[in-house]
Amino acid sequence: MSTNVAQFQEAAARVTADTRQRQFIRTALGNYEIARDKRKAAFQSWESARQAAALTKWEAVNHLDTHLEELVAKLEARGTKVHWASNGTQAREIILGIFAAKQAKSIIKSKAMTSEEIHLNEALEKAGFEVVESDLGEFIVQLRGEAPYHIVFPSMHLTRGQIRELFAQELGSTSSDSPEELTMVARRVMRHKYITADIGFTGGNFAIAETGMISITENEGNARLTAALPKTMVTLIGIEKVLPKLEDLALFLPMLATAGAGQPLTCYNTMYGGPRQPGEADGPEEWHVVLLDNLRTELLADAEQRDALHCIRCGACLNVCPIFRNVGGHTYGTTYSGPVGSVITPHLRGLQDWKHLSNASSLCGACTEACPVKIDLHHHLLHNRRNAATEKPAFLERMGYKVFGIIANDPLFWSLAKKFGWLTQPLQKLVLGTALDPARAWTKTRDLPPLPQQSFKDWWKHRP
Amino acid sequence: MNEREKILTRIREALKVPAPRPGTHAPASHLPVPGVPSLPSLRVPPPTAAPVEARRWLPKVGPSFPEQLALFAQNAADLKAHFQVFADWTELSAALVQLRDTENWQRVASHQSELSSQACAALQRPVCWTDQGYDVLAMESCDVGVTECDALIAQTGSVLVTSRSAGGRALSVLPPHHVVIARREQLVADLPAAFALLKQKYAPEFPSMMGFITGPSRTGDIERILVLGAHGPKKLTIFCV
Ligand code: SF4
Repeated sequence: MSTNVAQFQEAAARVTADTRQRQFIRTALGNYEIARDKRKAAFQSWESARQAAALTKWEAVNHLDTHLEELVAKLEARGTKVHWASNGTQAREIILGIFAAKQAKSIIKSKAMTSEEIHLNEALEKAGFEVVESDLGEFIVQLRGEAPYHIVFPSMHLTRGQIRELFAQELGSTSSDSPEELTMVARRVMRHKYITADIGFTGGNFAIAETGMISITENEGNARLTAALPKTMVTLIGIEKVLPKLEDLALFLPMLATAGAGQPLTCYNTMYGGPRQPGEADGPEEWHVVLLDNLRTELLADAEQRDALHCIRCGACLNVCPIFRNVGGHTYGTTYSGPVGSVITPHLRGLQDWKHLSNASSLCGACTEACPVKIDLHHHLLHNRRNAATEKPAFLERMGYKVFGIIANDPLFWSLAKKFGWLTQPLQKLVLGTALDPARAWTKTRDLPPLPQQSFKDWWKHRP
Repeated sequence: MNEREKILTRIREALKVPAPRPGTHAPASHLPVPGVPSLPSLRVPPPTAAPVEARRWLPKVGPSFPEQLALFAQNAADLKAHFQVFADWTELSAALVQLRDTENWQRVASHQSELSSQACAALQRPVCWTDQGYDVLAMESCDVGVTECDALIAQTGSVLVTSRSAGGRALSVLPPHHVVIARREQLVADLPAAFALLKQKYAPEFPSMMGFITGPSRTGDIERILVLGAHGPKKLTIFCV
């Protein structure tokens, strides 16, 4: 068994046993659902909006080359420096190169899942830079030395008590555990950082080809400040984030807010078209945009699952997923968790090493139904299972079905199996709870009902 | 070949096989067949000019001005922003002065433009002007940032600002209270109208920052409980004349 699978099973068993934690997550996500449904109902037609969003993304992703060229030409025309990175190593080198050239010491970051993807913080800290996450949730998990629990709500697994203790320990704060006071502690710490940071680092939610802009969605204002105060701004964004037209945002911004957090519109939706322009009061003197491939083109080459690149990282599929709700975000061991993570991680990090995520699904389809851009998530889980089995068939499973096929195809074997099958059950009792038990995955948490000694057919024949 | 060319080549190579339209399952013929080269002509047709007609699906907005004003007021209240319409400038400046006194504003940050300059004149406090560049620490110590805007959006209760219309990037987020002074003609119905306005007003030389502000800064990162004033302003006041 690969270490990834062992890690997943161990973590899943541990988290599911923690009913307090599960209850906590369920309450949070239950409230999310109520808010989201209210916002969805405000749309004249949420379903048509989803279809339109899916078509827009389909068009964008299927002409990615032309849109990217337009985006880059427009960005460069306003003085933005664009870099291309085929993989994480290159992206890290480019970013470290910019920081070194600027002789930067401290970096203020606003939320960017792409930077988690390329493990940027570790690389920066190793190179001696001071990096501070400014998004409150990211700041909290950074202080804990943890990965984000959820792509939109990074610290949703922590209680206020835990956060108070963390702040007391790491920041010496004496705040109570009211969310209000705790937020103000972080606000004060961060204010100083914005003003002194040499570099502002951001991610991006959409890239507008037509006008050469990067659109950033956030609630706290931290990205606004990150893009306003430091002299140099660096933005890392996946190549699949392009939208053809500026007005496409009229649809995508409210849909992202609704699906992501049940808001009509996220507090700050900001489009950046360049560094500070002549006549403007402030803004960075230099803006670097790093376009990241990192195997996205590999996923693009799989026409069947290409729509996974439509993802706007709203987190809706995580929120509704019964697996995510019970095993939690850290169990996945991936940057992108939940259904979308299970779909794309095998493409980004190897099918055989990550196929178990596609098996950890009830295939209920809640994710597909929740997805604002209509990605066929639960079918893609099946596609991953199929691809994994074709590539490397599971020997024991195949043997098992072979034997079953032989028995089921032969009337004599079949009737014998029906008559005497129950006799094998006492044998299983002998190994119950040990690794020898063939039904162990089942019996670990459930009882195996006794096999009936009489088949239904038999009973019918001799019925009173 | 540089990285740009390499990435674009990989994209073009990948797109030789078309993807099924959303909402349809892939017919077998769409899937790559090993050993059979796929034809470039199989690519989906070029993009059509028609933009998404989002207006038909987004939340409904009434056609008349009073309806839109009422909707904006309702949305602003839901967002915990303070919105008020005044009959004339005298009323507005009186309300500003009152706000100054209740919150005890000592220093004001603003930019020079018709409405914002007039507001600062009424406030009679030292002003940190952003127009010619400014000292960040000076702005940080201000109690309020007063700006104009490009539009108010009825559909969402948002304020549309740009680095040109609202005194740069930081003015609307750094001070703890953001006061927007707007004219009632600036109210637009919905998001598509706001984007149309941006294009008409600025294209192709867009300001380097254009953004929607929808309520005061907020976070739910601690137990998903709403807290206002995470990093940006704790208060948002919109005065309309
Ligand atoms: S797959 Fe869909 S629902 Fe899941 S995060 Fe992406 S856009 Fe949201």
